[in-house]
Amino acid sequence: MTEPLLSEISRSGRLGHQLPESDVREEEVEGLPAALLRDSLDLPEVSENEVVRHFVHLSSLNYGVDTGFYPLGSCTMKYNPKVSEDAARLAGFSAIHPYQPEDSVQGALRLMYDLQTVLGEISGLPAVSLQPAAGAHGELTGVLMVRAYHESRGAGHRKKLLIPDSAHGTNPATATMCGYTTVPVRSDSRGNVDLESLKSAIDEGTAGLMLTMPNTLGLFDEHMEAIAEIVHGVGALLYGDGANLNALLGVAKPGDLGFDVMHINLHKTFATPHGGGGPGAGVVAAKAFLADYLPIPVVGMRADGRYGLNYELAHSIGRVRSFYGSFGVLVRAYCYIRGLGADGLRKVGENAIINANYLRSQLMQAFELPYPRSCMHEFVVTGRRQKASGVRTLDIAKRLIDRGFHPPTIYFPLIVEEAMMVEPTETETKETLDAFAAVMLDIAREAVESPEIVKAAPTTTVIGRLDEVAAARQPRLHW
Amino acid sequence: MDFIPNTDADRAEMLRAIGVDSFDELLAAVPEGIRRPELRLPPPLSEMELASEMRSLAEQNVDALHNACFLGAGSYNHYVPAAVSQLLLRSEFYTSYTPYQPEVSQGILQATFEFQSMICALTGMDVTNASMYDGATAVAEAALMAMAATGRCKVVVSGSVHPEYRAVLGTYMQSRGCPVFTTPVSRKGDRIVEEDIAALVDEETACVIVQQPDFFGRVRDLTAIVERVHAAGGLVIVSSDPISLGMLRSPGAWGADIAVGEGQGLGSPMGFGGPYLGLLACREKLIRQMPGRLVGQAFDAKGRRGFVLTLQAREQHIRREKASSNICTSEALVAVGAAIYMALMGPRGLAQVAQLCYEKAHYARSRIAKLPGFRVLDTGPFFNEFVVETSVPPMELNRLLLESGIIGGHDLSSDYPGLDGCALLCVTETNSRPQIDALAEAMGDIAAAKGGAR
Repeated sequence: MTEPLLSEISRSGRLGHQLPESDVREEEVEGLPAALLRDSLDLPEVSENEVVRHFVHLSSLNYGVDTGFYPLGSCTMKYNPKVSEDAARLAGFSAIHPYQPEDSVQGALRLMYDLQTVLGEISGLPAVSLQPAAGAHGELTGVLMVRAYHESRGAGHRKKLLIPDSAHGTNPATATMCGYTTVPVRSDSRGNVDLESLKSAIDEGTAGLMLTMPNTLGLFDEHMEAIAEIVHGVGALLYGDGANLNALLGVAKPGDLGFDVMHINLHKTFATPHGGGGPGAGVVAAKAFLADYLPIPVVGMRADGRYGLNYELAHSIGRVRSFYGSFGVLVRAYCYIRGLGADGLRKVGENAIINANYLRSQLMQAFELPYPRSCMHEFVVTGRRQKASGVRTLDIAKRLIDRGFHPPTIYFPLIVEEAMMVEPTETETKETLDAFAAVMLDIAREAVESPEIVKAAPTTTVIGRLDEVAAARQPRLHW
Repeated sequence: MDFIPNTDADRAEMLRAIGVDSFDELLAAVPEGIRRPELRLPPPLSEMELASEMRSLAEQNVDALHNACFLGAGSYNHYVPAAVSQLLLRSEFYTSYTPYQPEVSQGILQATFEFQSMICALTGMDVTNASMYDGATAVAEAALMAMAATGRCKVVVSGSVHPEYRAVLGTYMQSRGCPVFTTPVSRKGDRIVEEDIAALVDEETACVIVQQPDFFGRVRDLTAIVERVHAAGGLVIVSSDPISLGMLRSPGAWGADIAVGEGQGLGSPMGFGGPYLGLLACREKLIRQMPGRLVGQAFDAKGRRGFVLTLQAREQHIRREKASSNICTSEALVAVGAAIYMALMGPRGLAQVAQLCYEKAHYARSRIAKLPGFRVLDTGPFFNEFVVETSVPPMELNRLLLESGIIGGHDLSSDYPGLDGCALLCVTETNSRPQIDALAEAMGDIAAAKGGAR
């Protein structure tokens, strides 16, 4: 059953929380002039138990990784460790103010310093900022660093950023926010960056290339070394979108692949919860020559051997947010890395890749594979075969919901028609992968034998497909 | 401890099905020379060892649960009701992704719709988005919105807006080639004065950004500045602490075009600065320029009401280089926490929290005003923060206060050279009268020990 809104269950006079009486009331405290005060506040009045039931009901209408398989490509929906949740809630981490004297928060500063170090080691890019609040925020930070770098060397005329046609939408959006013109680079039939397209697009006016590796097709570019050479050859920088870092853990360091600066999504690779759309953290890691361009402050070691905040970066792009970073997210990522160690992280990469290739080998029995080579941690299939009977990828996704699974990413990347991008992650069992494959193959059979069932899906959920067109035409954005 | 359930036997079976002899064959495209690098990291820990390690790090920090906290300045120690933390542990919420499949995401979608609705009520605005990263980036993106909406290039910001917010605004503006003008703030006798912001407004001005209460805690009549900016065709952006809006006239009521702020005080701990919650609300006419996600009401074929991400054509995944912002992941779960907090508090609870903050701060100020060695600056009407000039330098004062289990106010010297030797103190509903009295006594003792009044 759907759940009413708080405004619909509100009753005048109900109280959800009791505060203590003022213990300073007998002192003479003058109120503010009436012109500065509000007249009324129109919010629902609901009791605590009603609030709790309301949100418990809402949670039951939501599917998370803890509910079941969530194979969203490029999102890395892996298991979120519970020990990290406990750690983040310790008073020594949650009840500290960012402006407290440094000597009173050495545990927090040490955690951040150590996290900077381990992420630098994992990525092979030692200059690290924990400040950005999300992947796109990390992109903004990294691209502003690229811009500042070129400006400081008198190369401010470089106004173009090259972006593959398979790129996530945040890449070109970031480029625009930083004042760049975007130039598309085509992909070839094997899912690599087309080197001819790259060579003809790149010139002395190029500031950089934004590259995801493995790319959004889940493929490791067979020309990786050549790409880095071409980019550096014209004096441009190579920016890494780290959304797919899960595939590289223990496999290759982005620094060794030629990336100059990248962002890392802690809420993907390092198992911090996605939260329904945040909070995340988009850590930036860069080669040593870019260290001075990082946002301030970074955590460093003071002369007295204690940890402190360093604001003295000669070419810093400045602050990108208030305070120091999404600290609660940093705690969880740190906890994850300390629990796994090098060996554990190596196993993550290995199992993510094996799981993906295995699932791919099962799905290819019924679904078209646009690229004929083995994948990394994710892969793309298409719903093109099923289109013949009028069933589209959207319908397949909705039918998966009826069959108890969250669908993969659909209609991305844009260069593949009727795309489904599938990322199982390393935390899934072989049985889960087999169950998912069996259902997908069954839906493929339904698409041929009884397409109308697939097109009517989902029919087992609390609501069916919503009329999004009408919703956008006449938006109702609050009660 | 890793969370990988498959065994060697599982992997062997899978490799057979894939059609390779070993895992290495799957890495053919990765350059050989740099394949399978060593990772120099601390050794792995079992859960028990890990929990112990995290506890020992946490215990090295002085926290506000065990010490009296009088720090504010953009991060506030408010009481978080037990139900908020418990409900946020429902893993169907926190382990979910962005709700692109609405049929299985009605929980997050409806909670976000409710968050949007309540923030609209609090700020007096027509529409709110599903969150920005924090108050600082909300200010920056609001300025970009104003520039897009007016087609103008000049941004004016009050020097009494949080220094870090102004810094972030500067960072976001650096690639725009557009000027940012800041009104200087200085000290004149016992008063903090700001140059007239209206003087900077002209026909090139895209927006004026003010904060209410401002960084020094002051509350002022915004009528004149709103009129001036609108007369020049610009937009007014007001940044507010949402807890203060339990008492204060809303940005919407003042006539603001965009209301921004930091939502941390609505049900999130101080958390050493994050994750926080950027609030961004605006008038209906600006909706197409609004960044971030928006949840709207929708109906299915059977007429059942649900919620869905809407007006997505503004966003990066649709518009790409033409998107209003690059924002993708924001602070969804923190927004759900804020919705739960506002639902529990209701109108009376929020008014009460604001009233307690106000009264206790005024009591604290009046006690400190009577102390030799300290001078409270006259800032006119204020909410729950005030400025004190200290005969003992703030850093030294705070070091000594810590020895008495008190976390002292924010040293203003580095951000405002004219306010050297001044601290910003904050009092919330969590500070008891005995705590406030202890603060005053400790401050008095410290000043006396150091040889007294200025």
